Amino acid sequence: MLYVVITFLALSIILYFLLGGADFGAGIIELFTSQKNRGRTRKALYRAIGPVWEANHMWLIIAIVILFVGFPVMYTTMSVYLHIPLLIMLLGIIARGTAFVFRHYDAVKDEMQWLYNRIFVYSSFITPLFLGVLAGSLISGRINPDADSFAGAYIAGWLHPFSFAVGFFTVALCGFLAAIYLIGEANNAEDRRRFIIKARHMLIAAWLLGGLVFLTARLEAIPLQEWVFGNVPGLTAVILASLSLILLWYLLLRGKTQVLRVLAGFQVCMILFAVSYAHFPDFIIMQGGLTLSLFEHYSAPAIRGLGWALLLGSVLILPFLFYLFYSFQKKEE
Amino acid sequence: MDDLIAARSQMALSLGFHIVFACIGMVMPFFMALSHYRWLRTGNLVYKNLTKAWSKGVAIFFATGAVSGTVLSFELGLLWPRFMEHAGPIFGMPFSLEGTAFFIEAIALGFFLYGWDRLNRWFHWFTGVVVGLSGLASGILVVAANAWMNSPAGFDYIPPAAPGEDGQYLNIDPIAAMFNDAWFSQALHMTLAAFVATGFAVAGVHALMILKKRNVEFHTRAFRIAAVFGAVAAILQPISGDISAKDVARRQPAKFAAMEAHFETSRSAPLVIGGLPDEERKELKYAIELPGMLSWLAHGDSEAEVTGLDRIPDDEEPPVLITHLAFQVMVGLGVLLMLTGLLYLIAAWRKREWLNKRWLLKLFVISIPMGFIAIEAGWTVTEVGRQPWIIYEIMRTADALTPMPGIAYSFYIFTAVYISLSIVVVFLLYRQIKMVPEIYDKP
Ligand code: HDD
Ligand code: HEM
Ligand code: HEM
Repeated sequence: MLYVVITFLALSIILYFLLGGADFGAGIIELFTSQKNRGRTRKALYRAIGPVWEANHMWLIIAIVILFVGFPVMYTTMSVYLHIPLLIMLLGIIARGTAFVFRHYDAVKDEMQWLYNRIFVYSSFITPLFLGVLAGSLISGRINPDADSFAGAYIAGWLHPFSFAVGFFTVALCGFLAAIYLIGEANNAEDRRRFIIKARHMLIAAWLLGGLVFLTARLEAIPLQEWVFGNVPGLTAVILASLSLILLWYLLLRGKTQVLRVLAGFQVCMILFAVSYAHFPDFIIMQGGLTLSLFEHYSAPAIRGLGWALLLGSVLILPFLFYLFYSFQKKEE
Repeated sequence: MDDLIAARSQMALSLGFHIVFACIGMVMPFFMALSHYRWLRTGNLVYKNLTKAWSKGVAIFFATGAVSGTVLSFELGLLWPRFMEHAGPIFGMPFSLEGTAFFIEAIALGFFLYGWDRLNRWFHWFTGVVVGLSGLASGILVVAANAWMNSPAGFDYIPPAAPGEDGQYLNIDPIAAMFNDAWFSQALHMTLAAFVATGFAVAGVHALMILKKRNVEFHTRAFRIAAVFGAVAAILQPISGDISAKDVARRQPAKFAAMEAHFETSRSAPLVIGGLPDEERKELKYAIELPGMLSWLAHGDSEAEVTGLDRIPDDEEPPVLITHLAFQVMVGLGVLLMLTGLLYLIAAWRKREWLNKRWLLKLFVISIPMGFIAIEAGWTVTEVGRQPWIIYEIMRTADALTPMPGIAYSFYIFTAVYISLSIVVVFLLYRQIKMVPEIYDKP
């Protein structure tokens, strides 16, 4: 059952990254769209994420419930030492979710729209930034449970170049995913072209920021390079990601949108895989080589119940979820 | 502000905020489904418009409920890590199942909101019902988790060898933990409460519009649907409250004594109405007493002994003033709402002419906030009455607190955020209602 639960945890994190990421990315794209095109981008965006955004959000909740039920020590370690970035991310989630709905459902369209839009685009940026910061901090080895000062215990663990580099890298990836996704949703050549350009920009940004991640890892003596390139599966993933990137670049102008989406998703999965493979099953790496491992720090009786609940849940849910995506895909055509 | 008070206030604020949206998200789908059903059956366009108007309101509430719920699932760890470390695996079962329920709800809502004129009509209607049922299921499941804190079950506890250390939680059985002693009475009472509060609030808003002579046809139909649900639930509520009270008297005598401000253990204890407890002097002033009634209510026998606060060690006594006042508020409002509900049902069945009387509508307008105030008061009774325990008789709230100092600041931030959100939501609803003539009156 432990493997079942870990698989679900990994799956919900990946799906949150892909679907939720595209969702955040849509806001990021809006942020980087010139004033005159914003209205149109927004329309494409609502058509694209309106029906499913609520469901996307669920993956995060599933992941967090799996953590606190099955791996309580990890949940609490994270909550205690990364309290501040978690708090910022939560504020981002509140702001984004509510602004998105408010701007759509406000019966009167007036200056308030401006405010909702502002809040929406900035929180779309902040939330994935801090999600990335959190992910970076968890493996950075900088969390120090023995620190006796406030700054040492609650700030130094996450406020460092590496975690922020990961944060900005995450933002760029989200933007990239969204741009690729929106290409398929554009209903005229002009919009389509704009999204293609956006996708390219985001891809270049992601490459540069990815480089920055390695650089900062080096500066802070985090063995990232070794994790990613030092083993066959990791290396394979990187090579596959690069190959698919070349293909993607080539197909951007002529390919079918479905192929593009699959390639983009594949790429992000490979990146996630390459980074997590080497230190799996360690989920949190703290100062002094202290690690929390998925294979050791779990609660056995809870895992059993949780595993069954997840299996049962997916039998109930997955068919409907596919049908939801399918119905709205179909109506587009 | 000290960290413990700040953390408790923040938790109370977040839960108190979430519960309002959760209740509406849980109950409105049923109103919509009924209205939708009538549209499909009668073809009366008013019902279609009503369903759509409501569903827009619900989307606003659903999103706000969802984000505030997401925040809660992190907040439990941010504020009470020691509690979650031990409790997570034990009371996690309802949360895991709740995940499933939420998921189904979200998917069904996606179908429902975007399915107009796209899906088969009855399948579309059915997705609306599924939204309601899964919302209800998730409400019941979380309450089961809270009930476990009041009535811990499903594990063996070994107290710590030395003070300051953690006890051990062995032989964990998540299923037994979920079906703890308190889950049924709490879940029943909470579900009814959601129907009472939402029913009266929605009916009241539409009653106000009828009084103002705006779109009378539209608002009358809306009013009747909401009022029936609210009225029936309000009449059942005191019965379920009585079940809860008997349960609390048995399970948590300290909470029961605090609710009733019952300072001294006695036989033939009187039921008190109102009154102001003086915690220093341990006495209750200005109360009306009904002799023997408390013994009867608590144990079904007017001679029975009712445990008073004198039997509870000082450091295990919950705050009496808050618990007692909150209980009086809940019960008082419960009685008022029950009477209003009775009047409405009499009107609907026997005295149709009352239905158009201004006094009846006004009564509903006054009731708009009452159910929600009763809900907040009821949770105050349950949660403050459990103090100083976070897990009853196992772990103290103070021991569960995060080691991070400065929680007061996060409390201030959350207060500001929640106040602004509440203002915006009210503002949006006001606009939604104001726009009804323009959006839905055109044929
Ligand atoms: C519309 C709201 C509403 C109304 C009218 C009432 N209640 Fe209530 N009450 C709640 C809403 C509520 C609640 C918010 O839903 C609580 C909090 C925890 C729970 O399970 O339900 C609650 C808790 C609660 C408890 C504590 C349960 C526990 O700690 O386990 C008792 C003893 C009562 N109620 C009794 C009553 C009685 C005798 C009422 C008579 C009219 C009454 N309630 C009306
Ligand atoms: C008695 C208390 C509670 C009730 C009755 C309740 C009920 C609900 C309902 C019905 C929803 C669906 C939102 C909607 O339809 O508007 C919801 C959302 C949510 N609640 Fe609560 N809740 C309670 C307390 C809590 C607590 C303590 C937590 C966290 C630990 C929590 C976590 C969540 C989460 C994560 C969501 C969002 C799910 C989504 O995306 O729809 N709830 N709650
Ligand atoms: C949604 C309805 C709820 C409301 C309005 C509510 C209200 C409150 C209040 C007023 C407090 C503060 C008590 C005090 O400081 O004296 C509190 C504390 C708390 N509640 Fe609830 N509660 C609700 C449901 C739940 C549920 C479903 C859970 C968990 C599953 C929960 C978990 C907690 C925890 C962990 C605390 C902090 C520790 C404590 O003060 O005991 N609550 N809640």
